[in-house]
Amino acid sequence: MNTPKADPIKPRVAVHKFSSCDGCQLAFLNLGEELLTLAGRVDLVHFAEAGPLDPDTDVDVAFVEGSVSTPEDAERIQHIRAHSRLLIAIGACATSGGIQGLRNGVFDEGWVAQIYSHPEAIASLERSTPIASHVKVDFELWGCPVSGPQMLAVVNALLLGVTPRDNADKVCTECKQRGYPCVMVSRGIACMGPVTRAGCGALCPSLGRDCYGCYGPAENANTDALAAQFKSQGLAPQAVTQRFQSINSQAPVFLAAADAIRAHHHD
Amino acid sequence: MTEQLRSVAIHVPVLARVEGEGALDLRVEHGDITQLRLRIFEPPRFFEKFLEGRHYTEIPDLVARICGICPVAYQVTAAQALEKLFGVELSPWARDMRRVFYCGEWIQSHSLHIHLLAAPDFFGCSNAIELAKIAPDEVRRGLRIQALGNELMDLFGARSVHPVGVRIGGFHGAPSLARIQIMRDKLRAALPEAETLIRWAAAIPMPQDDQAFVSVATQHPTDYAIETGGVGVSDGRFIEADAFDAHFAEQHVPHSTALFSTYHDQPYLVGPLARLNLNHARLPEPVKALLAESSLALPSRNLFHSLRARAVEILLALHEALRLLDAYRVPDSPWEPVTPRAGIATGCTEAPRGLLWHRYEMDEDGRVLSARIVPPTSQNQGRIEEDLRLSLLNFGLDHPDDALRLHCEKVIRNYDPCISCATHFLRFKLDRS
Repeated sequence: MNTPKADPIKPRVAVHKFSSCDGCQLAFLNLGEELLTLAGRVDLVHFAEAGPLDPDTDVDVAFVEGSVSTPEDAERIQHIRAHSRLLIAIGACATSGGIQGLRNGVFDEGWVAQIYSHPEAIASLERSTPIASHVKVDFELWGCPVSGPQMLAVVNALLLGVTPRDNADKVCTECKQRGYPCVMVSRGIACMGPVTRAGCGALCPSLGRDCYGCYGPAENANTDALAAQFKSQGLAPQAVTQRFQSINSQAPVFLAAADAIRAHHHD
Repeated sequence: MTEQLRSVAIHVPVLARVEGEGALDLRVEHGDITQLRLRIFEPPRFFEKFLEGRHYTEIPDLVARICGICPVAYQVTAAQALEKLFGVELSPWARDMRRVFYCGEWIQSHSLHIHLLAAPDFFGCSNAIELAKIAPDEVRRGLRIQALGNELMDLFGARSVHPVGVRIGGFHGAPSLARIQIMRDKLRAALPEAETLIRWAAAIPMPQDDQAFVSVATQHPTDYAIETGGVGVSDGRFIEADAFDAHFAEQHVPHSTALFSTYHDQPYLVGPLARLNLNHARLPEPVKALLAESSLALPSRNLFHSLRARAVEILLALHEALRLLDAYRVPDSPWEPVTPRAGIATGCTEAPRGLLWHRYEMDEDGRVLSARIVPPTSQNQGRIEEDLRLSLLNFGLDHPDDALRLHCEKVIRNYDPCISCATHFLRFKLDRS
C-alpha cells in the first residue's frame, strides 16, 4: 500500500472579469491539454467562465481582466485587492482602459439615449479606467489580447517564486529578430510598430500589414517623430490622431500623442 | 381544496460557465412562476458610438474586440457588408478562405462550449476539470479539437483571439502551401475524433422537452450557410440582409435586462439548433450519414439537442475546411483593391452562437456615420426567458431549489450566451415596490 502523500500546497488563483470581451481569459481556456496541467499545479478557486465560483475567498494570485466602467466595478476591485496577495492586470482593458476607453472625454448622456430607450436603467461611469487607477497592481501584462505563452510565463515565474519578466521594448525589435521586411520603409504603410510594446511577435508585419498598437506604448516611445512620419506619408491629422486613439487610447503616452496632434492642428 | 404549494425564490448571483456576466432571478409563488429574469450585468461598451468617424480599413480590427470567442464572426460580417456596398467582388480564393477561417472559429467555439461549458452539467460535475477526472479521454479530445480550431484561425489571422488577417477586399496575407499541407493532415486526422464526439454527444442522456418556436438562420442555396447568405425563417420566409429591419425589431424594455429582439412580435431562436433545423439538408453527405445514424429527428423542438447540433457542426466545419483547402493554391494577391462609396452597408453571417447582423452608414470617404450591430445573444434573449418558463413547468416546480437552479442553468447554457458579445446588453436596476 502506498502511504498517501501530503498534497503540496498549491497556490490559490482567481480570474476576475470586468468590462471586456473575455478574450484574455481565453489565454487560459485556449491552452488545450496544457489547461489540465495548469489545473494540476494551481488551485483555481474562482474563474466564472470556467466554472469555479468563489469571488470572496483569499487568494495568492488574482488575474484581473477588463476595465472599471461602472460604479459597482469600482467597489468590486477594492474587494478583490483586499483579498489577493498579488494582483495581476491582464490585457489592454485592465492596463489602459481598453477600446471602451474611446468614450472617455466624449461620452455624454446622448450616447446612452441613442442606443437605449430607457437610459435611466443604465449604470455606466463616464470613463473606462485601468485597474491601476483604482488599486495597487503588482504586475501588468499588456496586449489585446494577451497571449497564452505570455500568461504561462507569468504563472511559471510565480510558481518558481521569481518576479515575472517584462518586455517593454518595441514591436520593431521583434520584426528585426524575425527578419520581416519593414512595412513602413518598404511599402510606405503607416505602422505603429516603432512606438508599440513588444510581446505579440510582430504578427501584423508578418502578414505585410501595419501594427495598430494593440499592445500599448513601448518604453521611450517617440510618438512625436512617428506622428511627423505619418504626416509626411500623407495622413490627414484626423487619421494620425486615430492611429494613437484606438485599442489603447487612454494609455498616457498615446493620449498625449493624440492631444499633441490636435493642439498642433488647431494652432 | 388546501393543496400545499411552496413559495421559493432562487437567485443565482453569477452564472458560471457562460461568457460574460449574467444572473438569474426566479420567483415561484403558490405553484406559479411570478418572476423570471435573466439579468445581464455586462457593462455597456458603446461600440456603435465609437465606431462613428472611423475609417473602413479599421473596422475589422475594432469590431473584433466585441467578442474574444467569436471575433471572426464580427470581422467577416463587417467585411461582407462593406464589400457589398463598395461593389468589391472577392476573388474565389478569398471567398473560400473566408469560409475556412470561419470554420476555425466554429470548431474552436463549439468544442470549448461542449467540453468546458455545457457537458459538465450532464455528468454531475461543476466544471471541466472535474469532468476530466471521470472522462479524461473525452475532455482531452475536446481540448485538442478546440486547439485545432484555433490553429485554423491562426493560419489566416496570425492569432485566434482578435486575429489580424481580414481586410476589406480579402485578407492581408496568404499562408504558404507548406503550412496548408500540414493543416490538411491535421484536419484529416481530426475527422474520426469528431465522429466519435458526435456519437458521444448523442449518448449523453438529455432531458425531454418539446416546445414550439421559430428558428432563424442564414441560408444559402447550396451550402450549409456560415459566412454568406440571406436570413431564413422556419415559417418559410427568406429575408435579404438589407430587409432585416422590416421583419425584426429590437426593443429596450425597462423591466427586462436586454434589448429584446422579436420577429413579427414573437421571440425566436438563433444558433446551432436553429441552423440544423433549417439547413440540415445542405450538410455534406458523410455528416448527413452520421446524423441519420444518431436518430435525431429534425426539426427538433428540444433545445437540449443544441449540444449535439454543435458536435455535428464541428464535423461539418472540418469537412468544409478540408474540402476547400484540398484545392488550395497561393493567390497572386490575397485582396482586391477597394474604393469606398457612400451609402448603407448591411451584412449577416452565422456566428457560432447564431445570426449576426451589421448595418453601417458610410460617407464618401469611407468613414462610419452610424453603426448598428445585432448580436446573436440579444436575439436569443426573449427565447431564453420563454424557454426557461416552459421548461421549468415541464421539469416540475416542486423539485428542490438546487435542482431548479441547475435546470435553469442548463437551459441557459443550451444557448451558449455570449454576454460580452452582446454589444448592448445592459446592467439593470429594478427599483419598484
